[in-house]
Amino acid sequence: MKRIALLGMPNTGKSTLFNRISGASARVGNWPGITVDLMSAKILIGGHIAELIDLPGIYDLHGFSDDEQVVRHFLSKNPVDLVIILLNSSQIDRQLSLVLQIKKLNIPAVLALNMADEAKRSGITIDTDNLEKALQMPVSQISAKHGDGLPKALEAATKIINQNQTPTDPKLISQYLQEDNQIEQEIESLIQRHVHIPATLTDNTTDKIDKVLLHKWFGLPLFFAAMYALFQFIFTVGKPLQDGLAWALNLLRTSLLEPIFSSSPAWLHGLMLDGVYNGLATVAAFVPIIVLFFLVMSIVEDSGYLSRAAFLMDALMARMGLDGRGFVMMLMGFGCNVPALMGTRVMRSRPMRLLTMLVIPLSLCSARLQVFIFIIAAIFTAHQAPIVLFALYVMSFLTMFLTAVLFQNQYKNAEPFILELPPYRFPTPRQIVLRGWQEVKHFLTRASKFIVIGVVLVWAMTNFPSNVAPASIDTFAGQIGLFFAPVLNPIGINSQLAIALIFGFVAKEIVIGALAVIYGLQGDALMAQMATQIDWVQAMSFMLFTLIYTPCLSTIATLRNESKSSAFMWLSIAWSLGLAWVISFVFYQGARALGF
Amino acid sequence: MLPLSKLPIGQNAIITTIEVEESLFHRLSALGFRVGKPLSIIRQANFNGPLHVRLGTTDVILRITDATHIRVNSL
Repeated sequence: MKRIALLGMPNTGKSTLFNRISGASARVGNWPGITVDLMSAKILIGGHIAELIDLPGIYDLHGFSDDEQVVRHFLSKNPVDLVIILLNSSQIDRQLSLVLQIKKLNIPAVLALNMADEAKRSGITIDTDNLEKALQMPVSQISAKHGDGLPKALEAATKIINQNQTPTDPKLISQYLQEDNQIEQEIESLIQRHVHIPATLTDNTTDKIDKVLLHKWFGLPLFFAAMYALFQFIFTVGKPLQDGLAWALNLLRTSLLEPIFSSSPAWLHGLMLDGVYNGLATVAAFVPIIVLFFLVMSIVEDSGYLSRAAFLMDALMARMGLDGRGFVMMLMGFGCNVPALMGTRVMRSRPMRLLTMLVIPLSLCSARLQVFIFIIAAIFTAHQAPIVLFALYVMSFLTMFLTAVLFQNQYKNAEPFILELPPYRFPTPRQIVLRGWQEVKHFLTRASKFIVIGVVLVWAMTNFPSNVAPASIDTFAGQIGLFFAPVLNPIGINSQLAIALIFGFVAKEIVIGALAVIYGLQGDALMAQMATQIDWVQAMSFMLFTLIYTPCLSTIATLRNESKSSAFMWLSIAWSLGLAWVISFVFYQGARALGF
Repeated sequence: MLPLSKLPIGQNAIITTIEVEESLFHRLSALGFRVGKPLSIIRQANFNGPLHVRLGTTDVILRITDATHIRVNSL
């Protein structure tokens, strides 16, 4: 099979071109020696089936960033038949360096000059015919967004593929890559002869928008207003979708699955419905939120606003070893941790990405909010309620900042903070929909097995041995609760609450349901019962613990997939459990010592 | 000659020296920071935040700490 790699600098529309050529068939592939996800797709080109790989956007083949190393690794480990190099026409004066670097490696290449329309508006003209001769490789102007000029570029690619040259020798490439080369002068002369760039660019729409959005005093308030609007949009549209999905899944269960398993033994009924089916339902519940989140994020990202957010927030975030893009994801984590963790992929530096991923699970997500509202209503008066909830939000922010500050030396960001501010662009609906679809596919294929197994495990722990009442103190979960009593008693968490915490490991949404099963009561009766059994200090300690310890199985599964490291997943679990215990302990013992 | 961090906003200047470690140098040069290139500062974010710099056709943001290592001659 032929192998074609797609290469270009960041913000050149590389992924857009990749999606345009490959359609929805793209998948995430594994490559030797590479720890980031690379998308690839099988395409038909000139009678050959070829594998098209979307390499990360890089500035320089010899650079030191994580992505630049990934590309070097890829080229020196995997033979390729053709490289399609994509440049932003408006910035050809500096992006040509990448083309010359590839040329020096003797890799068969075609050059596609993207965003020809933008360049034209800015008054830049490129003499492609003569540039083609000078570079000795096919050059065509295209629009990855709208597909103009693409057939011609692909035709050139087909010609090279059909020549059936031997693919590159990774060993040779690896040698070449070590040799340094001076190509700056070559660029100058190519640009002078074949490209005309006016002294000042004629298109200044972006400047006008920036004057408002990056305004010294209005910039930040506008940023927060925009974030608030997006947040509201995702979760007000998402909630009815999630509810509808839950209703449909429940209908399927009661009208189809219950009758099927009605005559089977109790353990099989429980395993299939409360274990496997509930696990699948947990996975499904995330689908609407992930789709909506990435619909919105692809607009924020592709429009060029995300880099502007980094500009606005950097002064504050730099002190925590994070950057402004991380802040956007942290905010989104207050809706749901899972898509926020997936969204950290925009940060190209691995240490900074890991630090952000360590921080996000501490944000008070909407599922935890449900638990707090229930418990606050049960234990506190209507006057106290808003203060308690506010304190929990403050606590959430404090733990996030504490974690970032404590771990920032562990995850030292080696990447320089120098970002391009691309001009504002509108992504096409096709781009937006494809992105949402790809992210959901990614989540489903990578996380569903892990989540279903986890749900089955918790079901088994709370339902076995089979001769005792479910979720009672005699089940395995109850025994675990008892075993940890010496640790949990000092923070005011009794064995009933401990079982609820074990349930909460699956998803925070089911904690209230679990309490209902544990106490054998529902709604107001459950609230009244809880109010007699635990006092406000215990309730607060329980809520603090629930806030800080591991958010849910789906978050853990996502942490593991996105970091590609089980060690990191365990670190996150251990840190959040440890921090949760220490904070609950300090609060509980402190309050008791003060006589409450 | 003055460091880029001291260049007044809106003032055109030419890069004279870039004294940074190699990884940063690579990134800067890939984004168009090369000796002899003209640039100007468009704006700075509040609270001593990053600079928004324009070099030819490219807009770039960089932190003040990095900008002190780039020296320019104002025009």
